[in-house]
Amino acid sequence: MITNPRAVDRIAIRDSLGYPAITLLASMIGFGSLVNESGLPLGLAIAGTLGIWGLPGQLTLVEMHAAGASAFFVILGVALANARFLPMAVSFMPLMPSRRKGIASDFALVQMLSINSWAAGLKRFPEIALELRRRYYVVFGAICMTAGLIGTIIGYLGVEMMPREIALGLIFMNPLFFAVLLAGVNNRPSLIALLIGAPLGLFFHLALPDFDLLLTGIIGGSLAFWIAQRWPRPDNSP
Amino acid sequence: MTTVSYFGLTLLTLGAILGTYFWRGMGVLFASRVNSAGAVFQWVTFVSYAMLGGLIARMVVLPIGPLEETSLLIRSLAFATGVTVFLLLGRRVLPAVLIGVGSFITMMFFSSFNVAVP
Repeated sequence: MITNPRAVDRIAIRDSLGYPAITLLASMIGFGSLVNESGLPLGLAIAGTLGIWGLPGQLTLVEMHAAGASAFFVILGVALANARFLPMAVSFMPLMPSRRKGIASDFALVQMLSINSWAAGLKRFPEIALELRRRYYVVFGAICMTAGLIGTIIGYLGVEMMPREIALGLIFMNPLFFAVLLAGVNNRPSLIALLIGAPLGLFFHLALPDFDLLLTGIIGGSLAFWIAQRWPRPDNSP
Repeated sequence: MTTVSYFGLTLLTLGAILGTYFWRGMGVLFASRVNSAGAVFQWVTFVSYAMLGGLIARMVVLPIGPLEETSLLIRSLAFATGVTVFLLLGRRVLPAVLIGVGSFITMMFFSSFNVAVP
């Protein structure tokens, strides 16, 4: 059991500076370049990265706005794209209890939660003393957010300086990143929902472009839910 | 590309941030008090995944914006390359994305499908 704060800092830095920071840097370079190419300001790219802090929601914001959806549907779409934060926070926050009573600070800390910090916490927390887990989470999350912020700015500014083929490659990185990140979840029903959504998304985009993503989500998600109910497996939790 | 005022964009971004934070905040509120594997949460998660599956497909097959100037064939081949690498090489995200994007850029450089930008 690790009880030394310095040691916790070192582990958090080592865990975050490798794969998570590089992944975030790269994916946010893609996001920043997309924001620029969509004719939107750098401020939106930065606010999107730090405020939404989840690539699917960030891409939904830019894509639905670019597609001309009304503000209400854009916001609804972004919110739905990020719904996974609810079960993530529910299962994660109790693992790093506060020393003081109350959950006020949890409302600030939860903003740093992402798939990276969630996975790192689940892996490392068993080795770390209860009262130092928040420290690990904050150091890890701060480094990840910094990497994401740097990536966003590099992508936004860099896309204009690159040859066209590479700039387009950076934008193409978005759907690919997105697909493999989501395909990596070890949860069969969620993968089924993802696969059902793909053709539905194309169909509704052509048939009812104003409501395409919402209809895709509700119909595809309900279908996946129906399948999951009939096909009970132990790994059904998100 | 649409033209909207900075004020409108600021409100939209704030709305998107609050819409996302809603789930995080509810998660804190409900933490350890609800079963996150319950039916409603599951349904919301599946809605989210189906929507994202639709968004990925649209971004590859019917993109909006700069990717419109690239060919469907190149996008599909590069996407398939990336996903195949992901599935074959032990589900590692970075190599899959780098090889997929690399194949996209290579095809763009060498392809006659490449439409020059005005």
